[in-house]
Amino acid sequence: MSTMRTGGGRWLGVYVVAYLVFLYLPVLLIPLFSFNNSIQAAFPLQGFTLQWYTTLYGNSALSGALANSLVIAAIAATGATLCGITVSYMDLYGRSPLAATISAIARLPILIPGVIVGISLLILINLIGLGPSRIAIVLGHILVALPTTVVIMRSRFAAIPKTIREAALDLGASDWTTFRRVMLPLSLPAIISAFMLAFLISFDEFIVVFFLAGTEPTLPLYIWSQLRFPRSLPTVMALGTSILAASFVIAAIAEILRHRGLSATVPRPADPSQPKQTKRGELQWHST
Amino acid sequence: MLLPGALVTFLLILFALGLVLFLAFRANDGSLLGTGFTVANFATVVSDPLYWTVTLRSLVIAALVTLATVVTAYPVAYYLAFHAGRRRGLLLFLVTLPFWTSYLLRVFAWKIVLAYNGVLNSALIESGIWSEPTLAFLNTPAAVVVTLAHAYAPFAILPIYVALDTIPKSLVEAASDLGARPFTSFRRVVLPNSMPGVLAAALVVFVPTVGDYVTPALVGGPASTMIGSLIQAEFGKANDWPFGAALSVAVMLVILAVVLVARFTDRRFGSRT
Repeated sequence: MSTMRTGGGRWLGVYVVAYLVFLYLPVLLIPLFSFNNSIQAAFPLQGFTLQWYTTLYGNSALSGALANSLVIAAIAATGATLCGITVSYMDLYGRSPLAATISAIARLPILIPGVIVGISLLILINLIGLGPSRIAIVLGHILVALPTTVVIMRSRFAAIPKTIREAALDLGASDWTTFRRVMLPLSLPAIISAFMLAFLISFDEFIVVFFLAGTEPTLPLYIWSQLRFPRSLPTVMALGTSILAASFVIAAIAEILRHRGLSATVPRPADPSQPKQTKRGELQWHST
Repeated sequence: MLLPGALVTFLLILFALGLVLFLAFRANDGSLLGTGFTVANFATVVSDPLYWTVTLRSLVIAALVTLATVVTAYPVAYYLAFHAGRRRGLLLFLVTLPFWTSYLLRVFAWKIVLAYNGVLNSALIESGIWSEPTLAFLNTPAAVVVTLAHAYAPFAILPIYVALDTIPKSLVEAASDLGARPFTSFRRVVLPNSMPGVLAAALVVFVPTVGDYVTPALVGGPASTMIGSLIQAEFGKANDWPFGAALSVAVMLVILAVVLVARFTDRRFGSRT
């Protein structure tokens, strides 16, 4: 590695820093202006205030949307994680050729624009008589989060050395016992991280929810409705800052758990190909 | 044990998409599933120049976004794979973090930057480059491209990084041992070997941007209406679901064509995925 650290590498480093600035600068404007004592989001800053945060409290429409989003995200993430576990486990260890097909289809939504996922579910829920509702949103979000949970769980199961599962089976454990007592505990960090990422996906999702929401909006829908009124923009930014902070914390925990899970079972250095496969598997969205 | 996952995938994905296809061949009579069998929806999609214009515009904007995202992301992925060293984990985290923040808020942040009394305008006036604010930033297709390139950056970096990271270091060493200059070994060894990652990145950026309707609505203005906005309008204001379904099917066919071309190119580069 050190042989490649040449003058070119330093320029590349400068570029990466500039790129990170491009990545973060617009996002960091939201917290900045949320403390600014002015309706308009423009420089120069008008002084520090917390009034936009105080208006967040006691806003019943907002807290209703927040509660709604949290409940939907929790249920949808649970569903997506359960489906992700079963689909990817059967894909890797099931003997049915159907399992591989299902696993491929489960990763399909990443190749369909959100607007089409939204309308196809809208038609479906109207056909089965549900209509736009919270259940419809949950179903939609399970679908949107499914590719992520399948990819995470699949790479996790693939990284567990085959010998561990074979040992359990040789010692007389049934398929179900092996899954429950061996494979599930070994993949627990990935399960938690899949759940958290699915939770965040659902919590932030707007494009699909736009079609499926009934009378009770989710938080992104509430934000969308507020974006049209200039007077409420500072409050939206205060709300956005709170969401940013929470998302950062959840993403960081998910990331730490995922790395801990990976390093815990990376096999001895005698087998250098193993970690690479793991990394590849993590990001292989299109290995159909 | 496969049951819940299978049920969800089959019912939600395949059945729902099948419904869209079915609805696309029905005539609109105000009922949920329309009536009769007709290809009139597709005839309108094909014959009305509006849909050609908007579809073409969506493809051009998505292509520009994809190009901008992949080209700017490649050096970052390259740095991650070959130069980051101990900082790799932190850098990967920093790069993926914005992806987990609200998409609406990221688009909204760009609205703040580009608006008439926004950050970019005030910065330009403060520094004396311009004497008065300009409307030229917001509500243009360029604003859509910049905003989307920003929003999809992590999607592009990760697949390229993985592709670069799996290139055996011995290949690069062999190239330089055989007398290739750094740029030659990059062009002839590293770049071709990373093409599967580049194509995967392009796909993951291209597909959602073609159908996007939020970004054009927030920062694009009327000159950058995209096909997603038209589909959304058919299911909303226009209330012509069968026609909206036909538009969706047309968009999926276009995307399928793009994906197949990408797959074909991938194979030509000797995909290792």
